[in-house]
Amino acid sequence: MKGVWGRLLEVDLTAGTSRSIEIPEKVYRMFLGGRGLATYLLAREFREKWRFLDPLSPDNPLLLLTGPLTGYYPGVKLSVSGKSPQSNSIIGSVVSSEVAIELKASGFDGLVLKGSCEKPCYVFVENGNVEIRDASSIWGLGGLKLIKQFNSLLKEDVKADPKTPFVYIGPAGENKVRTAAVMAKLAHAAGYGGYGAVMGAKRVKAVAVKGYGSLPPVDDPESLNTLFRSALGNIKERMKRFRQWGTTEGTWHTGYYLSSMPVKNWSEEWHDVKDFSHVGFELETWVKNPWADWGCPVACMKLSIAKWKGEVFITDNPDYEMAAYLGSNLGVFTPKGAVVLSSLADELGLCGIQTGNVMGFAVELYEKGILTRDEVGYELKWGDVECLARLMKDIAYRRGIGEVLAEGTFRAARLLSEKKGVDLTKYAIQVKGIAVGAHGVRSGKDYPQPISYALSVQGGDHTSVAGFPVNSTESEAWYSILDSGVVCMFTVLDDSSLLEYLNKVTGWGLDPGEFYDIGRRIITLQRILLLIGGPDAEWSARDDDNPPRFYEPLPTGPYKGSALKREEVDELKKKYYAEMGWDEKGIPSEETLKRVGLEEFTPMLNMLY
Amino acid sequence: MPIWILRDFSKCSSCKLCEIACSLKHEGVVWPEASRIRIYELIPGLPVISTCVQCDDYPCVSSCPFQALSTGEHGQVLVDENKCTLCGTCVYACPGKIPRIVRGKLGVIICDLCNGEPECVKICGEMGYHALQLVNKPDGEIVKNYLVSPEDASLKLLAKAIGEE
Ligand code: SF4
Ligand code: SF4
Ligand code: SF4
Ligand code: SF4
Repeated sequence: MKGVWGRLLEVDLTAGTSRSIEIPEKVYRMFLGGRGLATYLLAREFREKWRFLDPLSPDNPLLLLTGPLTGYYPGVKLSVSGKSPQSNSIIGSVVSSEVAIELKASGFDGLVLKGSCEKPCYVFVENGNVEIRDASSIWGLGGLKLIKQFNSLLKEDVKADPKTPFVYIGPAGENKVRTAAVMAKLAHAAGYGGYGAVMGAKRVKAVAVKGYGSLPPVDDPESLNTLFRSALGNIKERMKRFRQWGTTEGTWHTGYYLSSMPVKNWSEEWHDVKDFSHVGFELETWVKNPWADWGCPVACMKLSIAKWKGEVFITDNPDYEMAAYLGSNLGVFTPKGAVVLSSLADELGLCGIQTGNVMGFAVELYEKGILTRDEVGYELKWGDVECLARLMKDIAYRRGIGEVLAEGTFRAARLLSEKKGVDLTKYAIQVKGIAVGAHGVRSGKDYPQPISYALSVQGGDHTSVAGFPVNSTESEAWYSILDSGVVCMFTVLDDSSLLEYLNKVTGWGLDPGEFYDIGRRIITLQRILLLIGGPDAEWSARDDDNPPRFYEPLPTGPYKGSALKREEVDELKKKYYAEMGWDEKGIPSEETLKRVGLEEFTPMLNMLY
Repeated sequence: MPIWILRDFSKCSSCKLCEIACSLKHEGVVWPEASRIRIYELIPGLPVISTCVQCDDYPCVSSCPFQALSTGEHGQVLVDENKCTLCGTCVYACPGKIPRIVRGKLGVIICDLCNGEPECVKICGEMGYHALQLVNKPDGEIVKNYLVSPEDASLKLLAKAIGEE
């Protein structure tokens, strides 16, 4: 096997044991790694029992996986997955973390955590040897405090090398908040999916990994070296603006030109506040530019610092998603305000997108008089950083109104609708349990396909959108390949170069058809698990839709009046089902399963008819 | 003419491409632990660059009981894998604990300046970071001032970034 080791390290937290599991090359060839491999492993393990698997029970495995491209293709991502407590399916969440590299340097392609610890613990893996250690001294911590203390703990407790990377959770994950992320390196998050809550349910505070070996051998080292150098140069050339501004450029580009940025819970998608742009952030908050992840020539991050009410807030740019969701979506249009809230989300271990979305939902309900001051305990106002920070903490600690909001937008809307006896789902900007990423579809200029989110097997995830043609870089098959490879979407140039790279690493000699089939296979299996769902949420064709708000016309900006059209979405949905080989209810057909080599999962379809 | 790698912590993006390039050059594979240069990112975003500084008096060389170390024309330390017993004496003799014993390697590893054409400097420059630059070796002990502990240096960089005393 080339590019991968063919084995995973499985840790049983309940029993305190670990073992190596062999994965045949055929499985890598069919699913690559990361998101695809996780989907396969979970489908095979649970099959029809998937519906009864509670994502927050010890039975839900947490998978930290790499892929054949990990460590060879510029940039680094670690795939984080399991059954999502948001979508009740599989979300292939990724986070930039050197844990991916260290796992491969330990002789493993990934780590699977099963069961749960009785007391707070951390997992230390050194060259494949696993230790489950007491984490009570760092429980409750997040952000910089956690990083500093955990560095010292690793040194004292297990004599770890100072170059030992780790992923961790903040207080939100500990409290099983459904919008909690698995964090890395202060400002990095595997946000989509809510896997911070899964880790918290296992009482695992952190996972630190160190490996001393080399990465697995590749099929054609010499041409790979040449390819690596030329890829670095090409990526750097193409991403010049990104390097200077990072995704923060979106605060102006997406907000002002494309009119696709969430403003006040998506009641608008446009703003013209010039200070709330990459330049504003550069002048007010950036102290270090550039900041890159392992092996990355793009360096889209910048270190930002803001001082507010006598406290220091430190984070990355913040990136566009954070600036949008913890800025404009909450009516905050100052770089400083966005840095304070982003840094706070990092510290609490919250996904900024999911949390900024549910906060916007809450502020809108408050404004409309649906949530009262008595219920919240204080006033909620757009743009008021103080009350917003308070609300965010209440969510992370499940206090007061935070208890409901900690369930995420979909579940909070369901709970509050029941309680109030009115349908509040029209204020919930989510798809199948996943709050929509900060890229609107109404103007048609940013994410131009009306089915981007509606048909995604990862709901509102903006990094896995559905689209036509179904075998192209516009398709969800493509995104699933990136998450399974596992590569960063900002360092990828195009499909043909990625395929060439994959073949040089693995020696598989895949053709473009086989390449996209991998994606189709992953999406199909994810779709089956999504439709099985459970235990507290189930989805059907009815849920293959946009948030109601996206059918309302944009009230401001250059695309004022623009909205999604119901008939068009319905039409595209039919076409998409047909092209994906799904029936009129959106269920993959037996034939489709056969075509992509998933026959063994055919019996699971019976649960869907 | 002895050469030297000038380092700039503030320009370092912590991309670790230098580590990748160094291991590719010397080992032919991506093997971060076998890199002769190390980037310590104990505090995210504030990396500390660590590699041999080619001390004026080369305490490592004189400490080796087996004469496995010598110096080359560029001022680099050379390791003779046939003589090195991995005894670790040089590690303790080095004020920065720079020589490293890596599982799978037959001798300690120390930066050899890629025999005059440092790969790490090249890739860092190609990527436009310029945190590593090639200069003539400065005279005297001044170079040793870079042999800082990554832990302490990280905390100093942090204090500076957030404007603390
Ligand atoms: S290549 Fe340059 S910028 Fe990147 S980590 Fe090394 S010294 Fe820093
Ligand atoms: S480890 Fe090798 S080079 Fe260092 S002192 Fe011992 S024998 Fe000499
Ligand atoms: S830094 Fe260490 S390894 Fe390099 S010359 Fe000085 S003592 Fe030797
Ligand atoms: S000069 Fe060569 S040997 Fe020394 S650290 Fe750089 S790449 Fe490695």
